[in-house]
Amino acid sequence: MTALTNDHDLHDHDDHHHHEAEAADRYMFGFWLYIISDCLLFATLFATYAVMGQNFNNEITPYELFDLGFVAVETALLLLSSFTFGMAMLGANAENMAKMKFWLIVTALLGLSFLGMEIYEFVHFSHEGATPQTSGYWTSFYSLVATHGLHVTAGLIWMFFLFIHFNRDGFTNANKIRLACLSLFWHFLDIIWICVFSFVYLRGAM
Amino acid sequence: MVQTDLIKDPHVLTGKLHWGVIPFHDPVVAPVMFAAIFGGLLLVAFVTYKKMWGYLWNEWFTSVDHKKIGIMYCIAALVMLVRGFSDAILMRTHQALSLSDEFGEGFLPPEHYDQIFTAHGVIMIFFVATPLMVGIMNVVMPLQIGARDVAFPFLNSLSFYLFLVGVLLINLSLFVGEFAATGWLAYTPLSGIEFSPGVGVDYWIWALQISGIGTTLTAVNFVATILKMRAPGMTMWKMPVFTWTTFCANIIALVIFPILTVAIAQLTLDRYFDFNFFTNDDGGNQMMWVNLVWAWGHPEVYFLVLPAFGMISEVTATFSRKRLFGYVSLVWATIAITILSFLVWLHHFFTMGSGASVNAFFGIMTMIIGIPTGVKLYNWIFTMYKGRVELSASMWWVIAMLVTFTVGGMTGVMLSIPANDFVLHNSMFVPAHFHNVLIGGAVYGFFAGFTYWFPKATGAKLNETLGKWSVALWFFGYFFAWVPLYYTGFDGMTRRLQYIDNPEWQLPMYVALIGVAMLAAGIAAQIANIVITIYKRNEPGYKDVTGDPWDGHTLEWYTTSPPQFYNFGDVPYINDRDPLLDMKQKGTAYKRPEKYERIHMPKNSWAGPVIGLLTLPLGFGFVWHIWWMVYVSVAAIFAAWVKLNFERDKDYYVEVPEVEEIEGQFLKSNEGRHYYFEQHAKHYKKWKPSDQK
Repeated sequence: MTALTNDHDLHDHDDHHHHEAEAADRYMFGFWLYIISDCLLFATLFATYAVMGQNFNNEITPYELFDLGFVAVETALLLLSSFTFGMAMLGANAENMAKMKFWLIVTALLGLSFLGMEIYEFVHFSHEGATPQTSGYWTSFYSLVATHGLHVTAGLIWMFFLFIHFNRDGFTNANKIRLACLSLFWHFLDIIWICVFSFVYLRGAM
Repeated sequence: MVQTDLIKDPHVLTGKLHWGVIPFHDPVVAPVMFAAIFGGLLLVAFVTYKKMWGYLWNEWFTSVDHKKIGIMYCIAALVMLVRGFSDAILMRTHQALSLSDEFGEGFLPPEHYDQIFTAHGVIMIFFVATPLMVGIMNVVMPLQIGARDVAFPFLNSLSFYLFLVGVLLINLSLFVGEFAATGWLAYTPLSGIEFSPGVGVDYWIWALQISGIGTTLTAVNFVATILKMRAPGMTMWKMPVFTWTTFCANIIALVIFPILTVAIAQLTLDRYFDFNFFTNDDGGNQMMWVNLVWAWGHPEVYFLVLPAFGMISEVTATFSRKRLFGYVSLVWATIAITILSFLVWLHHFFTMGSGASVNAFFGIMTMIIGIPTGVKLYNWIFTMYKGRVELSASMWWVIAMLVTFTVGGMTGVMLSIPANDFVLHNSMFVPAHFHNVLIGGAVYGFFAGFTYWFPKATGAKLNETLGKWSVALWFFGYFFAWVPLYYTGFDGMTRRLQYIDNPEWQLPMYVALIGVAMLAAGIAAQIANIVITIYKRNEPGYKDVTGDPWDGHTLEWYTTSPPQFYNFGDVPYINDRDPLLDMKQKGTAYKRPEKYERIHMPKNSWAGPVIGLLTLPLGFGFVWHIWWMVYVSVAAIFAAWVKLNFERDKDYYVEVPEVEEIEGQFLKSNEGRHYYFEQHAKHYKKWKPSDQK
């Protein structure tokens, strides 16, 4: 029979490690593909927002409601949380459990604060008379911004379970893959937020 | 009235459900319902009597083996083909009778007729064509690239069950409540809550949303499999064409299904929470729905047809006893179609009024996409040219496809001219065209592939005579059924007509009915063929002993039929586009390797069926506004997901002695064939492409 590849021969003695490296590669790649599909999901919501961006119904406009200072704090929190997640990844790479957990908790707190501010903003807007039912504009605004918020919520829940995973098993291969995927997800949400900030809030307030 | 009260104010426990939603008195549906319930109970009793639940659960339902999941997809697709085709029979019969003196207005009331054409379209696209294709991809693609399974075996199982829930929901809608009466793409504002207050559109929403998420997961899975798990030595330009088309199709699916997910979610928000995406007032935009669904919908048809092209390519090359003509051009044509498929969606609504420039752009793009498609037709014709063409049943499907698809392609070019389209839009010509390409292109391709790979999946070859009968019946049945409708379309007959009063169309309607009868006979011949083949699977002429019944070129024929759970005893190093042909020529095929290695395999998982099927009460609860059912399902899905996440023991190794024993028996059955390969080597060498060393 035809010879096996060099690649196979190399890992022959240690096929367990081979499978681990191969699995990490495969899972990370699969997660990148998921990120692509999520990108398209947000692209569709942004396109909807662009189409409906002027569909008002004689009600309160974003120009009157948006408070750029408030949104700037929200943005700062989320951007900072991306930085702290990076610190957590450094901790994980050094297999330093205390460092990783500390930075992960800081990230979660920043994410929670961001989410709290977003919910406060939604409640405030609704009281001012801008609910998703008001008009085409507010329908597209809430669905876009809240979809991002739901993703952040999912990320926080994921973080919670990842904590339990690390407590139980420590720095196993599976846990490292999970952390790397979550990190990818978290940075991705940051990028989406930058687009939300630029196209929704800056454009709406100017 | 009880019913309207429930629509406005659903009951806490039962939502909008009440006894009136079950069609006990409907002369068409009630007998079907009782037959379905009786048949279902009979099946359950049979399985219980034979004590097969354990076997089914352990060997099939929880299996993460791509081959078994693929077979389950195909079974579901064939069952739904019968359901979708019954709708077609009803529509054709109704339209034929609606013109006769005796029956006058046909036998289906408008609201029922509208549900039937909606269900027919949804079923045929989402629950027949898609699963048949995904099923064949599942069985074949990992084998073609020498992989032991897909990249994420559990996700594959979950995808299947999400698809199955879509199937269950759409069938439930027949017996509990109603289905959408809006046409298969549920155009707004008709599908909005104002004009469709019933549960029909909600069934449409949840059946498509749940199965669509399954398709997205499949796309992630297959793209990762193809890019990360190919056999050593198999570069992208050595991949078999079917794998290439599978790859491109899943790239399309990965990118378009999120659009459908968002569009359906927006319609859901409109219907459930009074949002204003697509409403008539308060700043909604109905044309945005049409744009979004077609931005998904047009690439979707290429998602369906590209793998069919791949199947046609494999079958043509094998049965012409030649290498595929113009592999490189065929792959580039596939890539070109992949990209162009995103730039043509607006041709579905030239009449929207977006102006001459926009229409001209999309018209020209639509004509351009015909070019790579034409390239492929020449590839197949030149593959046959000077080949030793063996006219097997799969090859009959190929020839039926070449003729029918070419006709359909040309009517497509007619429609791509915006000025023409203003005349033909919404006429019977349009369904005639897309049935021409979908049946002639996609379905014939799938059946060619189905016949070709059936022995690989099951270990038995289909009956050739019955196979050829079904090709002939489909081929002529198609033209009998649809040429008259091309004609009435030209003559001004609009599509989706429940009531017809032009006596000139009576003859075409009768001819079309004859065509439907022929198609029915074709489907019956196929089902009979499958049943007979399974019954006679161990008889000579049916049983596939060698694992290579057609003298194949690609890696899937390098293992047993059906393949072992680990697929390959050893994965060879790939030096050639047609790796098995190469090995046969060099005399290295089916020889024992120097040594076997232990094989790493995933374990079965309970989580696919459990998590997948829990979305059934989720969807059902949403449809009927039974909120406790929604909350309980979400909690249960979450709990199952967490439990799965914290499981450790998910894989195992198959040890060398076991592999040696299984493979030894297989190699013995192929010992006599090496002389035969030597004889054929000379013939094949003549066709070695010059661009490959």
